[in-house]
Amino acid sequence: MKRSTWASPYFIFLLLFVALPLILILVYAFQDNEGHFTFQHFVKFASESESINTFTYSIEIAVITTLLCLLLGYPAAWILSNKALNRSSVTIILFILPMWINMLVRTLATVALFDFMSLPLGEGALIFGMVYNFLPFMIYPIYNTMQKMDHSYEAAAQDLGATPSQVFRKVTLPLSMPGVSSGILMVFMPTISTFAIAELLTMNKVKLFGTTIQENINNGMWNYGSCLALIMLVIIGITMLYSDEQSAQDDEKGGLI
Amino acid sequence: MAETIIKIDNVSKSFGGKTVLENINLEVKKGEFVTFLGPSGSGKSTMLRLIAGFLTPDEGTISMNGNDITKVPPFQRKLNTVFQHYALFPHLDVYDNVAFGLKLQNLPKQEIEQRVSKVLKMVSMTDYEDRDVTSLSGGQQQRIAIARAIINQPEVLLLDEPLAALDLKMRKDMQIELKEMHKKLGTTFIYVTHDQEEALTLSDTIVVINEGKIQQIGTPTDIYNEPCNSFVADFIGESNILNGTMIEDRKVSFIGHEFPCVDEGFGENVPVDVVIRPEDIYMTHKLEAAQFTGVVKSCVFKGVHYEMFVDSDFGHELMIQDYNAFEIGSTVGMLIKPSDIQVMKKERTCNTFEGVMVGSNQVEMIGAKFDCEDTGLAAGDKVRVEVDFDKIELLDNKEDGSQTGQVSFILYKGDHYHLTISTREGDKLYVDTNDIWDKWDIVGISIKPADMRIVKA
Amino acid sequence: MKKLLAQAYLWLLLILLYAPIIIIAIFSFTESKVLGNWTGFSTRLYQNLFSGGVNNSLISAIENTIFIAIVAATLSTMLGSVAAIGIHNMHGKNKKVISFLNDIPMLNPDIITGISLFILFVALGISQGYITVILAHITFCTPYVVLSVLPRLKQMNPNEYEAALDLGATPFQALRKVIMPEIKGGMISGWILSFTLSIDDFAVTLFTKGNEGLETLSTYIYADARKGGLTPELRALMTIIFVTVLVLLIIINVRTAKAQKKQAK
Repeated sequence: MKRSTWASPYFIFLLLFVALPLILILVYAFQDNEGHFTFQHFVKFASESESINTFTYSIEIAVITTLLCLLLGYPAAWILSNKALNRSSVTIILFILPMWINMLVRTLATVALFDFMSLPLGEGALIFGMVYNFLPFMIYPIYNTMQKMDHSYEAAAQDLGATPSQVFRKVTLPLSMPGVSSGILMVFMPTISTFAIAELLTMNKVKLFGTTIQENINNGMWNYGSCLALIMLVIIGITMLYSDEQSAQDDEKGGLI
Repeated sequence: MAETIIKIDNVSKSFGGKTVLENINLEVKKGEFVTFLGPSGSGKSTMLRLIAGFLTPDEGTISMNGNDITKVPPFQRKLNTVFQHYALFPHLDVYDNVAFGLKLQNLPKQEIEQRVSKVLKMVSMTDYEDRDVTSLSGGQQQRIAIARAIINQPEVLLLDEPLAALDLKMRKDMQIELKEMHKKLGTTFIYVTHDQEEALTLSDTIVVINEGKIQQIGTPTDIYNEPCNSFVADFIGESNILNGTMIEDRKVSFIGHEFPCVDEGFGENVPVDVVIRPEDIYMTHKLEAAQFTGVVKSCVFKGVHYEMFVDSDFGHELMIQDYNAFEIGSTVGMLIKPSDIQVMKKERTCNTFEGVMVGSNQVEMIGAKFDCEDTGLAAGDKVRVEVDFDKIELLDNKEDGSQTGQVSFILYKGDHYHLTISTREGDKLYVDTNDIWDKWDIVGISIKPADMRIVKA
Repeated sequence: MKKLLAQAYLWLLLILLYAPIIIIAIFSFTESKVLGNWTGFSTRLYQNLFSGGVNNSLISAIENTIFIAIVAATLSTMLGSVAAIGIHNMHGKNKKVISFLNDIPMLNPDIITGISLFILFVALGISQGYITVILAHITFCTPYVVLSVLPRLKQMNPNEYEAALDLGATPFQALRKVIMPEIKGGMISGWILSFTLSIDDFAVTLFTKGNEGLETLSTYIYADARKGGLTPELRALMTIIFVTVLVLLIIINVRTAKAQKKQAK
């Protein structure tokens, strides 16, 4: 027996539980209640101002969260990977650690913090909670790329007469771009698709796209829910294609452990 | 002569449409030390893996002691392999690595211990039983790999470039040990290497392989002294390979002169390849006694001899090894003994391609369309196209050619290069040129319409 | 000076990151119903958690979570390890297709994985409960097992398996005596990873647990939080989870560091 056939059971499993469900979403999204082909769900989505507003608001929140994470995370990653500024490996573990705690637990902890400090829940809490939840996902890939970077490039730039800020702009920054794009991917994708976090952080005041999808599925509107899920998949697909172009490196994911 | 132990009949093997071995026939005698010698990618390792049973041939049969073993899985074959990078099991210590095969046979513990200590003694690795294999040096790992393979007392031991990972000195020592071990064990050794010197030192028989075909089988002396084609001549040792013409029996002309030789039976005025080993050209200051003259261009001391490049009177560059140095720029005379001139039949005198007409003045061959002179043939006609070696143009810019190819073999013929160009589809073109190309260069291929001779097939 | 500033920045971020968790941990040692109200030190919440002083549904949610995680991690490890050996020996197009499919569950947002599986189970008319949750967890855990085992296989000398066959081992013996010991580390890492992923999961479980009352810890907390207040005992539980994750993470980190050291040698 050839060893390449050993993957067959898993292959069948993948077809059944990964490929088929996604195909079903595609099929349901284009079906009405009687099972006929239709575009009505997409028309409904595009014509209702509420759904469009939720959609654009979600993207807005995701973009803001991603930018804030990048702004806060990039310097942190740079410091963490710089041996002159940080030698302790414990700080790195401390930054990675929150990634492994249940997001719900972390969100509830944020709610508790806001309660404790008597701050109102709402949009502010939502953005804080999102940044707090996803910041480690930005720091880690950037740190990882900088860590693997060959520091002789920086030395070479210095040797050729670049000032420290020039070294950073001309060498460090471009070389860390693969990490940045994978960090953007790892923050943007979950923020665009969250649903429970927004509910809890805003006392149900703010509705995100993910919540809309969940509500529709819960209320038995599977076809419309599938249509919305398909729209989300398309957005994520576009984001991934963009970041694939940015970096051919795929090590970041595997290095999470 | 001893009886045959391994017999390979009409074996072919291809991977993903690419032919790696083509119609191989070979017999290995019992107790022989046989070496498969060839450059990387020649198919020599594939041949070994077919014998070991890790691969099955697409066609043909392999038999051992007269029994067909083509389809027998490797664990049921009575032969063992020493792998290129040893393939010792890193989670087992030295003892467990060596005892691996015996333990699988469920032999009594005592017998296993005895046999392990016996083979460890043979490879001079006694007292290493409890060591972690990853802590051993390359040479030591090699010994353990050999011990692990010979403990099963195989009838044939296969060695896949076992010394390739060792440094030069270690390699020389291990060569001697392997040779002694072969004598002591009396087992048949089949050895794979790309190192011609190693092959010449170790083997009873050398099988030279290139591009999936056996080029020559013979003893080390035969192969060195009488290479059967220009590939073998070039691959084994240093040589001057030159275009020549067999004027008649025992008379050959090359580099603009006629020389007496010992070869017969080629016919008259037949183009041939001539091989002269660099140590077989005698240099002298007495110009009047020489067969031809030349000017010394360079002279480098190589430890035992001097290696010189000499431009002959008709402008051919020759490599010569001599114990004496000759001054650069000086004119010297040269002599070649008739028996040192090795004459080989040319494998081909021009390129021949199978093609199909696309229009009356366009032909499709080697995977591309080429313009040609009006042939009067109709589209779809099958044709044979001949192009002389020096009529194929190679272009730096691969987009400029009708087809692209890669330089896969370079032969210096004294006054020009003879290149083999392989296309992606596997077609081969042979090109004579004065331009210098590097191996693996990608080139554009262009042929002038007037240089194609098209004949309806 | 520069170093001081840099360190200050790092610690500021860390305080920001950990403030919520620390608040919860601190208030897990007081009895007050509402968080933020310190009513004196007490380990009562911890005692309640372990002595059954809390309602049964929380206990059964914890049991379910652990049961599902163990079953899902074990099955994923078995499925993923065998698959990794297969994938490692595949070439060309087939390998690309299966690697692509293997990547999907890791890249897909949880909500998509959850909804797509929910629709699959509905379409196939499978009633949802333990089985569907476990199948769903295997779906998103196995890719990580494959990715933990594959590097070990790549590290192996490709001839090792052949060497075993050459020395007389049947393919099954070669698997057991040569391949298994070498990929064991990857299998263990894969199991631990799957176990944490499964315990951690919320979205996929929510969509596949059905409505027969099956709850895991995350769905229980979610339901509890939506009702308004958080059961005080959950503060103690969250603290325990946090410490457990910390310990597991350290174990994994030490293991990988060791493996890398060994590899470097």
